[in-house]
Amino acid sequence: MNFETTIGLEVHVELKTHSKIFSPSAVEFGDDPNANTNVIDWGYPGVLPTTNKGVVADGIIAALALHATVEQHTHFDRKNYFYPDNPKAYQITQADRPIGHDGWIEIDVDGVKKKVGIEEMHIEEDAGKNTHEKDYSYVDLNRQGTALIEIVSKPDIASPAEAYAYLEALRQRIQFTGISDVKMEEGSMRVDVNISVRPIGQKKFGTKAELKNLNSFNYVRRGLEYEEQRQQKVLMSGGSVRQETRRFDETTGETILMRVKEGADDYRYFPEPDLPALNISDDWIQELDANMPEMPGKRRDRYVNELGLTDYDAMVLTQTKEMSDFFDATVALKADPKIASNYLQGDVNAYLNDNQVDLSATKLTPEHLAGMINLISDGTISTKMAKKVFKALTDGEEPKAYVEAHGLVQLSDPAKLQPIIDDVLAANPQSIEDFNNGKQRAVGYLVGQIMKQTHGQANPTVVNQLLIASLKG
Amino acid sequence: MNYFDKDLASLHDDLVNKKMSVRELTQETFANVKATDAKIGAFLTLNEDAALKQADAIDADGVAADNPLAGIAIGVKDNIVTKGLKTTASSKILANFTPVYDATVVEKLTAAKTITIGKTNMDEFAMGGSTETSAFQTTKNAWDQTKVPGGSSGGSAAAVASGQVPVAFGSDTGGSIRQPASFNGIVGMKPTYGRVSRWGLIAFGSSLDQIGPITRTIKDNATVLSAIAGHDKHDLTSSDKAVPDFAAGLNEGTSVKGMRIGLPKEFLAEGVDDDVRKAILAAADTYRQLGATVDEVSLPHNQYGVAAYYIIASSEASSNLQRFDGIRYGYRAQDVKNLEDVYVKSRSEGFGDEVKRRIMLGTFSLSAGFYDAYFLKAAKVRTVILNDFKAVLKDHDFIMGPVAPTPAFGLGDELMDPITMYMNDVLTIPVNLAGLPGLAVPAGFSNNLPVGMQLIGRPFDEGTLYKAGYAFEQNTDFHSRLPKLGGQN
Amino acid sequence: MADRITREQVQHVAGLAKLEFTDTQLDAFTPQLDDIIGLFETLSEVDTEGVEATTNVSDQLNVMREDVAEDWGQSAALLDNAPDAERGYIKVPAIIDESEDD
Repeated sequence: MNFETTIGLEVHVELKTHSKIFSPSAVEFGDDPNANTNVIDWGYPGVLPTTNKGVVADGIIAALALHATVEQHTHFDRKNYFYPDNPKAYQITQADRPIGHDGWIEIDVDGVKKKVGIEEMHIEEDAGKNTHEKDYSYVDLNRQGTALIEIVSKPDIASPAEAYAYLEALRQRIQFTGISDVKMEEGSMRVDVNISVRPIGQKKFGTKAELKNLNSFNYVRRGLEYEEQRQQKVLMSGGSVRQETRRFDETTGETILMRVKEGADDYRYFPEPDLPALNISDDWIQELDANMPEMPGKRRDRYVNELGLTDYDAMVLTQTKEMSDFFDATVALKADPKIASNYLQGDVNAYLNDNQVDLSATKLTPEHLAGMINLISDGTISTKMAKKVFKALTDGEEPKAYVEAHGLVQLSDPAKLQPIIDDVLAANPQSIEDFNNGKQRAVGYLVGQIMKQTHGQANPTVVNQLLIASLKG
Repeated sequence: MNYFDKDLASLHDDLVNKKMSVRELTQETFANVKATDAKIGAFLTLNEDAALKQADAIDADGVAADNPLAGIAIGVKDNIVTKGLKTTASSKILANFTPVYDATVVEKLTAAKTITIGKTNMDEFAMGGSTETSAFQTTKNAWDQTKVPGGSSGGSAAAVASGQVPVAFGSDTGGSIRQPASFNGIVGMKPTYGRVSRWGLIAFGSSLDQIGPITRTIKDNATVLSAIAGHDKHDLTSSDKAVPDFAAGLNEGTSVKGMRIGLPKEFLAEGVDDDVRKAILAAADTYRQLGATVDEVSLPHNQYGVAAYYIIASSEASSNLQRFDGIRYGYRAQDVKNLEDVYVKSRSEGFGDEVKRRIMLGTFSLSAGFYDAYFLKAAKVRTVILNDFKAVLKDHDFIMGPVAPTPAFGLGDELMDPITMYMNDVLTIPVNLAGLPGLAVPAGFSNNLPVGMQLIGRPFDEGTLYKAGYAFEQNTDFHSRLPKLGGQN
Repeated sequence: MADRITREQVQHVAGLAKLEFTDTQLDAFTPQLDDIIGLFETLSEVDTEGVEATTNVSDQLNVMREDVAEDWGQSAALLDNAPDAERGYIKVPAIIDESEDD
């Protein structure tokens, strides 16, 4: 029996606003428990929510970034359920008229491109956090009311690999809008997954299982791969898949039954009476659209077509908005794009990895990087010297001043180089003979000797030209 | 002292001219409340220490001639939160609850230098029409202590009617200001939805609730409404329309000459007590004599208001009251083994029967499979009812009718039969569904019990209702008859 | 009288609302709710074909707050009011089903 797989992803993205979605409490993490809370966050008797305009704007931006239609006549609804981290026992969300619907993003799995549909996206409030100890649970409401966007995919995703690619593409686009950090490890991106399989040809979707505890894109993929196999085995052995919630075990890579779902939850949604409806104007949408940062796809096209980078380089540079913005700023300062690209992918990335920091947390600036690249391009320093200079840049040094202070100026004057070359040739007759016998690597050896004599300060291009001329002469 | 013969203007004059100090007035107010409240049962909590401190502070500054409310004693319904002053909504679940913030209305009154005497009894979470669903005490009608004071703002109405305070605040979700005002022969205004901020009003039906003043006279009522109304950044449903000086409007002229008044035939239909009908017909004649036209009009879907209301209000309430879960504040059941126990036992022990009934009705109306037939249908009928009012108010300045089908009924008479209790609100409920202003005005008596007239206006046209109410008050003497409280007066 | 709501449904709804009733209470409650739901059903007499629902009668539209953080300084007073609190947390009996927790 052959099967096809259907995967649905619900992604919660936490927005980087100053205040909460329905209360003006600060959005800050790491403070004392319940420090950033007020009577609204506690669901006190008599309180009312007030809608944060910045969150609505972010919702529109997300809709635009995901090619969705902005719902201009929108409102909020209540989702009712009891839980200690849900103080009003209802969550204010959007059920009936989500702020965006019918979007799509393009994914790429091993070079095969595919559009994945997005059913809808809506803005809502996050819950607080419960910590569990032996006999008691402890509730911290600091997170209560933080703004979220939930993005729901259409049932277009047919494999764990596609799910992974979808999450990558989604994270990238949202990250480029600047509305969220979209970091799973910090909880600003959370993924709920459901998966079903059915025999090829069957019209009806199979019974879905929900997966929990998927704390990285890799776990999503591995959890789905395991679950896909498990469900296929159940069906092949003549059994039927139950509607259940399963937990991914990071150590075994298996999914474990948490609970079997009996019927649908009854959240008793109804329109939130405390908040007047929103009529989003064309002007507002156009204004937000006009100020929208350039999306990664457009940047990649520009890098390839206008700056002459390879597809691969363009892809790597657009992994994060930070990197891409840094690259753009460096190139804007007349740095050679190819060299800038190489530095960002090479030395800069290595530095970030070694130190486990984000670009913004370093002392590197586009001005300094461009300054160093321009010194390379005009022959003032060699790429070898640049290694030293780059290290200085990470300490916040200005490249030109550093080069001058440390005498790192390259030796490019033929009048000074020629005597050294002559000395080296005189000392290596065997190499001259090898060259004359057509052995090109003799050149490399001789250049190495010249560099050694000049303590690495000779300009390799000039040395090469002079050396060849001398050998042929 | 009592407030039977004193309106706000005369009290203000006495305070400005230092005939008495605010402290003296406040002390005498407490003395009278203590002397009379054993009989009436209007107050749940008294605020004496803080009130006297506040009085001294006002005395120290002197009462400004341009602040008509400075030093005036008020009663506040116990579902309006008062910082540092116990607020229970007459429910066991909040029996020991002390708010950490003030309602906007309370903030505005504090800024106007009124003095909060205490918190008044009510039906639990404002669910009821007799104040008998209070978890704590029974309040009696000021005119006959075997009768209910009405509800849910029964404590506030009884306090004003028995001369304990000149002003008290109520909330009105389906008639809870107008009906007790009517039962006690005084004036009560349910403002247009959005006229007064709901911030700090413990929510019952969020799309229906409004806070409003209960007073002895129209002018006092108008003075107070101007002080509490207006846009509030904490309540996005509050209107940004300018708030008129309603009392000043009364000085400019209160003639109803040339006005067109609609009298819906449904408001005098079967079920309306004969004496009530007679009083309203007599009131219509008074208006005609004053030069207005009174037309019979129709609100054809009025009878469906009760069903639509009890679905919508209960649905909203079922959600609003979920926050009373024993976790963050209020009553937490003691004998609990797990979290589920905290929820179920705290709520089952903390809420009274009527509140549970409404929570059940609302939960049912919103639940899977029933939403379309109940909640959504009711919301559509609400539109139909709203359109009926719009049609009549298009060519009528306001609508008149009774507040309630009967005068005050006996204590215990209706509590056992929910449907009878619900039908009592048939004339007030549609006004909340439509979000319109409604004013209760004393308009007669039936066996020595007051009968109230209801004036219903266009959105944000409370001014016309006050003018029409004032014209009626000036030409009748129902408001000047006083209840007999144990032979005190 | 046709059952508009059964005893089992009443118990189901009570479960959603986190309320519990004794058998005696259910005996009294079920017919009461049934009668009231009967009253609700009179709404079917009203023709609402093509009628929009009204869920809000405020005259306001598009009212929003600017994204500016404010500290109301209430957290200590809020914790004081909690039935049980420890180390700045609200304390509750252990949550057994963690399925909703993420």
